[in-house]
Amino acid sequence: MHYAVKEVQVKERYPDVTIETVCRLLIPPIQLFGLYVIAHGHYSPGGGFQGGCILGASFIMMFIAYDIGEVKRRMREKLNTILCATGVLIYAGIGILCLVLGANYLDYGILHQILPAYPAKARALGTFGIEIGVGITVMSVMISIFLNIGTAGEHEGEPE
Amino acid sequence: MTTQSPALLIIVPLISAILCLLLGLIRRGLCYPFVVAVLGVSVILSFDVMGTVLNDGVIRYRLGGWDPPWGIEYMIDHLNAFIAIIIASISFVVAIFSRKSIEHELAKGKIIYFYTIYLLLFTGLMGIVVTGDVFNIYVFLEIASLAGYALIAIGRDRAVLASFEYVVLGTVGACFYLLGVGYLYSVTGSLNIMDLTLRLPELYHSKVILIAFAFFMVGLALKIALFPLHVWLPDAYTYAPSTVSAMVAATMTKVGAYVMMRIMFTLFEPYFSIKLLPVTTILGWVAAAAMIFGCIQALAQTDFKRVLCYILIAEVGYIVLGISVGNRAGFTGAVLHILNDAVMMACLFMIAGAIYYKTGMRHIYEFAHLHKKMPVTVTCLVIAAISVVGVPPTCGFFSKWYLVLGAIDARQWFFAFLLLASSLMVAIVFFKMMQTIFFAPAGESAHAHIDEPHKEHKHSRDEAPASMMIPIFIMVAGILLLGIFSGQIVSTVIQFTVPKGF
Amino acid sequence: MDTMQFIIGKFNYWIYIVLMMIGFYAMIAKRNLVKKIVGMNIFQTAIILFFISTSSKKGGATIPIIQGGHGDAAGHVIDAAQYLNPLPHVLMLTAIVVMVSTFGVALALLIMIYREYRTFEEDEIYETLEVMRLKK
Repeated sequence: MHYAVKEVQVKERYPDVTIETVCRLLIPPIQLFGLYVIAHGHYSPGGGFQGGCILGASFIMMFIAYDIGEVKRRMREKLNTILCATGVLIYAGIGILCLVLGANYLDYGILHQILPAYPAKARALGTFGIEIGVGITVMSVMISIFLNIGTAGEHEGEPE
Repeated sequence: MTTQSPALLIIVPLISAILCLLLGLIRRGLCYPFVVAVLGVSVILSFDVMGTVLNDGVIRYRLGGWDPPWGIEYMIDHLNAFIAIIIASISFVVAIFSRKSIEHELAKGKIIYFYTIYLLLFTGLMGIVVTGDVFNIYVFLEIASLAGYALIAIGRDRAVLASFEYVVLGTVGACFYLLGVGYLYSVTGSLNIMDLTLRLPELYHSKVILIAFAFFMVGLALKIALFPLHVWLPDAYTYAPSTVSAMVAATMTKVGAYVMMRIMFTLFEPYFSIKLLPVTTILGWVAAAAMIFGCIQALAQTDFKRVLCYILIAEVGYIVLGISVGNRAGFTGAVLHILNDAVMMACLFMIAGAIYYKTGMRHIYEFAHLHKKMPVTVTCLVIAAISVVGVPPTCGFFSKWYLVLGAIDARQWFFAFLLLASSLMVAIVFFKMMQTIFFAPAGESAHAHIDEPHKEHKHSRDEAPASMMIPIFIMVAGILLLGIFSGQIVSTVIQFTVPKGF
Repeated sequence: MDTMQFIIGKFNYWIYIVLMMIGFYAMIAKRNLVKKIVGMNIFQTAIILFFISTSSKKGGATIPIIQGGHGDAAGHVIDAAQYLNPLPHVLMLTAIVVMVSTFGVALALLIMIYREYRTFEEDEIYETLEVMRLKK
């Protein structure tokens, strides 16, 4: 596939003290809040997808306030891919654990044999485990989509 | 393992897609054997499920242990298991084919991601086939479609534009399906197919159900590329990589036709679809138009894969015609044609991929005297072509036989005549191609060689590598064997898939 | 008066139909590819709105989070008529995820289109394709 002539755009960073400071102050509480939202999906509006979006939004905020180098220093692209895979593996892994213990797929009630809880509570804990997996995957996918589209794919740094 | 097989049919490819990604990050060469092994396991699982269904009857598997209608249920009966076997086998064979073809057409670093998305596409397709819950069908339909958009966009020149058009149209189709689900849910309160079958009959007179049915039909017609809504198919499948064309052309349209059968005959009773509404009349005329249109357009093309795409549109017309005549023979013909068409289309697209890999040629007028360079491939092309036309003992003849019988049983003489006329037109298309290959005047061949410094002699035999020829042989053997044993297939499996009331 | 009941009583359906048609019009009539994608997004959002609107109940139902249900003290009987139907909300979570994923794929395709043709306008792209085809 041939490319048209690529105009090399020199991206200059205009550092702004207000934005940088506010971001540095706000990003850790945002991430804490994201974890809170994942964990409280039972009792308040929240859950895996919503918490994952909030966690992803914290990295996106860093990309907007600083530049791509800062984000890549904290979340390398390979780590991002591995995290995405890990989230799905946690989800499917809990389901397969239920299969191995003898019940149907994703039947968390059987987990009361290995967790210190009665079957109904084991169902709640199983759902919570799944939400963690979903949250991790959604976070890494949000970061990946935004970084790839925001730099028009030109930041790929992994050598072949 | 046997009781958990319905869930394993989906879990195994899903986890393998993620493991393929992780394995590929460790070492690139591990992806291809791993994918082939996983798909082999899936084929064995699908045969196992079919065995259970033949012995014990319909399998109803509760996901998460929740009873239906509160939980999601996987319902597998003969039709499901049959289509699951078809999809697993075709994916397995195309995956064997993919090794050299993908190395030729993709950059090295992207091969891991290609195999991951390939396995995710397979997961989506198996999910559509296995599940018994209408909203779950939407979710898996979108998983398969998204993987399809990504895979098609990898191809050559106009692939990205074609994939973009497919994104827009495919999303509209899936959203119409979702609207149908919403209307059904708002009136009945249930999403489970078996439960809806019990709740819907008293509501047949209401307008909400009518509109829901209309949305279902239009949404699925967009997904299977039925005649007026076929616009995305030729561009998307022509410019995609060869492996991707073979895989999606053989599976995605057939799965959409399966969902249409489910909705028309299991969800709504055959009484609703055939007698209460004139749906089958409308579908019959649309399918007839699809057959004629596909064959006429195929005559006008010069790119080989584009010819195959228009013939695929005509084949979809055959299947929908089989559904719409509404009797036993027609439905048997439609289900048998799903099997035969999947095998034939996979074979033809793989042959196109092998020819492109070896010689870089895409247009039919360049194929002159190809039989001197690649005789085995051209033999396979001839066998597949006469199967599409419908000559015994290849499989294409038997499915067309049942379709014509069905049209005659329903007293639709015009459709029977159109079936035969379109077979004649397909014959013209392929015989024109054979004339160019075998009987072009000497010295007219315009082979476009890719840079291969050795073997410059124009007429030396130079077949595609073994990893590409073996899948083509398997498919050609399948064409012949499925034709000879089609009676056994009908009497063992397909006669149980026909809905009650026919 | 029956017409007024027909329009005002079912206002949620009218709103979703208007939104859906706006999105559909944008997908068909606009020539810029990005506007088509935005139209697709509006189209899908209208369908999500329809689903959510079918979950409401008469008589002032509240959001489906059990009052006083935090922790192990939630053993009391729940009156289902006081809470909204949570199933469409859960279905639409999945549909929103599908919408975002489709949007992501479409945007990635748009970036590749821009690299190749340097424009987002549909008629300019087809002109470029015609020129390239005639040159062959």
